[in-house]
Amino acid sequence: MKKKSWMLLLTLVLVIGTVLAGCGSADEKTTTDTGTKTETGTTDEGTAAEPAADANLAADQTLRLNLSAEPPTLDPAQAQDSQANTALRFMYEGLATIGEDGQPKEGAAESWEVSEDGLTYTFKMRQGATWSNGDPVTANDFVYAWERALSPETVPAPVYAYQLYYIKGAEEFNTGKTKDFSSVGVKAVDENTLEVTLTNPTPYFLGLTSFYTYYPVHKATVEAGEAWATDPATMVTNGPFTLTTWTPGSELSWTKNDKYWDAANIKLTNVTATVVNSGATETASYQGGEIDYAGAPTGEIPTDQIQPLSEQLKDEFKLTDIASTYYYEFNTKEKPFNNAKIRKAFAMAIDRQSLIDNVTKAGQTPAYGFVPTSIAGLNNQSFRDEHPDSEYFKEDTAQAKTLLEEGMKEEGYTTLPPITLLYNTSENHQKLALAVADMWKNNLGVEIQTKNEEWSVFLESRKTGNFQVARAGWSADYNDPMTYMDMFVSGGGNNNTGYADKAYDALIDGAYKGGNDPEKRMQDMAAAEKLLIQDNMVIMPVYYYTQASLTKPYLKGVTTDFSGAINFTRAYLEEH
Amino acid sequence: MARYVTSKLLYTLLSLFILITATFFLMKAIPGDPFMSEKEVPASIRARLEAQYGLDKPLMTQYVNYLGNIVQGDLGISMKKLNQEVSHIIGQTFGVSLRLGLIAVVVSTIVGVALGLLAALYHRKFIDSMVMVLAVIGIAVPSFVLASLLQYALGLKLGWFPITGLKTPLGYVLPVMALSAGPIAYIARLTRSSMLEVLHADYIKTAKAKGLKWPAILWKHVIRNGILPVVTYVGPMTANVITGSVVVERIFGIGGIGKVFVESISNRDYTMIMGITLFYGIILMLARFITDIVYVLVDPRIKLTSGKEG
Repeated sequence: MKKKSWMLLLTLVLVIGTVLAGCGSADEKTTTDTGTKTETGTTDEGTAAEPAADANLAADQTLRLNLSAEPPTLDPAQAQDSQANTALRFMYEGLATIGEDGQPKEGAAESWEVSEDGLTYTFKMRQGATWSNGDPVTANDFVYAWERALSPETVPAPVYAYQLYYIKGAEEFNTGKTKDFSSVGVKAVDENTLEVTLTNPTPYFLGLTSFYTYYPVHKATVEAGEAWATDPATMVTNGPFTLTTWTPGSELSWTKNDKYWDAANIKLTNVTATVVNSGATETASYQGGEIDYAGAPTGEIPTDQIQPLSEQLKDEFKLTDIASTYYYEFNTKEKPFNNAKIRKAFAMAIDRQSLIDNVTKAGQTPAYGFVPTSIAGLNNQSFRDEHPDSEYFKEDTAQAKTLLEEGMKEEGYTTLPPITLLYNTSENHQKLALAVADMWKNNLGVEIQTKNEEWSVFLESRKTGNFQVARAGWSADYNDPMTYMDMFVSGGGNNNTGYADKAYDALIDGAYKGGNDPEKRMQDMAAAEKLLIQDNMVIMPVYYYTQASLTKPYLKGVTTDFSGAINFTRAYLEEH
Repeated sequence: MARYVTSKLLYTLLSLFILITATFFLMKAIPGDPFMSEKEVPASIRARLEAQYGLDKPLMTQYVNYLGNIVQGDLGISMKKLNQEVSHIIGQTFGVSLRLGLIAVVVSTIVGVALGLLAALYHRKFIDSMVMVLAVIGIAVPSFVLASLLQYALGLKLGWFPITGLKTPLGYVLPVMALSAGPIAYIARLTRSSMLEVLHADYIKTAKAKGLKWPAILWKHVIRNGILPVVTYVGPMTANVITGSVVVERIFGIGGIGKVFVESISNRDYTMIMGITLFYGIILMLARFITDIVYVLVDPRIKLTSGKEG
């Protein structure tokens, strides 16, 4: 009898263990949905754009965050990731910043003028803006920072130097074609005036100046030593906060910078960020009251907890549309996807809404185009509203079958060659790949193998064209359709599909140079997207990402921009 | 003794050399490199990065250079954590893992031996079955399950301990429990069986017959002989635990070396991978070496030298 009950207990424990083991799975990419969705563009998470009376403020203005990965560097020229973006935003300020309405507003520059031809920008430095050591922020600091990011002598070579290629002569200087920095279109006319000349009229250039590659750096600090960007003691910055501690792998913290020109409007006095790379732990930590904000873009909420949390914590849970697209890309050089009809048949034969409802379960928007819903078009409308993707193609099994048959006839197939769908190892990508393969099987009667590869291996396979159809995702660098559309030009560095089309190239080139005719520029990009999807189906869009987050009810004034990047600098904590 | 130490040392160096060589070439054989990302790095920038890190040289040259640097004690600079010395990062993060690991080792040895001893003394009694059931559970339940369970129950629901981090002494409780459950179970079983064996040995009967007091028998004969297998186990276990449990560090958000190691592999941070592998190798060898020495101290029957000193 005794033995029996022990066995029972043991079994119970093991069963619970197994069940729990299944729950613990977190996943790399962050974005997900269900529940309330916010409008495109910048959203203010607290309702109060005007902070309530100070009486309501909590005595302790310490914001507690988690970062799912440690920023590899806090050197603006070397940064490349969203964690560094969040961290650097505390510490630096570019010429412009992004306001609550999503539009660029004055930052380190107090005003600017744009020339008639849209090529020359003249920035006036803000009077009274200083570095954290009291030195004034001058035009020369920007020239120095940009030269440093572009210079071939900088070690290690800054990868994001290409974010500065909009500036005239920047690419030539960076690639070593010219050694003379004076040929690059950035000059300090005097201490207070910065003149920037661009290669092409670039309507989104002001937005770019709020990006971290464009941040100024403090010359004396940088020249003091290689490790300046890892040592809080010597780091001199110009943003609302200064870095106070950095314990590798564990924690970063910031303190309010009293020398910041707008310090009167900064309510937070301290910010701490732990570094925990487990979504499950982060979510538990939020629920346990250890952090004030959880989820993307700083961390993540595990996919399987999104649904329950959206109900349990209705007022704290939020889904935001972000500028990222999930899609499958076809290798147009490989059989059978060298045939456009076959590509179209595959794209039409899946049910995106059903995949979102049953598999990805994060309230994403089905995608029939490449440019996501949160990217701006003209006149305060989104590009997607002006050029609806529903016109490109429709899900239609019957037509898909017909197209497949026609395509097979064209190629002389009686049966399709074996097809493998490639994705990078992750539970979410796997679920989706299996479901898509199943839909293709049921709707088109084709057998699909699925194969997963570890991230770097996968990137290598895609880059070398060693795939037939592969999972892909693209997130925006700036708020303009160009960040998507210039990807598929012939021989483009990120174009793994083998697609090369002179008509497409011409449209993109036109849009690059036609910054002074915004209307036509948008038309060109829409026409290019039509070529890419409707006419050629080089990629098969699946969905536009959302990101899920939890914000404590007392945390106000947090803003998210079109890309999902977050700004805590104007946040404050209410009494709670 | 000196000869023993010298030969051990030579073997250790040889093993490390093989370890470095194998890791180096395997690492380079995996597709991908440190500069890969979803967004393609422009060719000219990539070429410059490769030149700056010496990755543009032939593989053998890179290997020889790396060996040369190691001999000079230079592990290089991380390719992902910019401008940070590999040795510095190892030092910082290992400190965290070491502290946590040592506590776990001490806890699991004391608790494990105590439980095993109890079970052996009360052989076939209730306590014995109880300890054995706990031991089965401890071995069967993986640490990530236990860690999540502890975190959920004691951290989130009851709120007794912090959910993440090691900021306060209380923060150590859950990670230590998660880390030591397995070793406790193993040590308890090990101790029990070896104690049982010893308890039935003739010399214990002799000691009893001589009229020695029971505590003295227990201490001088039973425990001293019964503990040998535990010593064999504790050495490698220590190496294992102090080098950081990836899973437990991940769940409790601890910035230890285990976390860094796994990150470095997926980042293809070559210098970091090599540095930590080498470091792990040294720790493991050292633990084995110390185990051998301790073995001699505990068990005088073992003679190290071949004849001369004997």
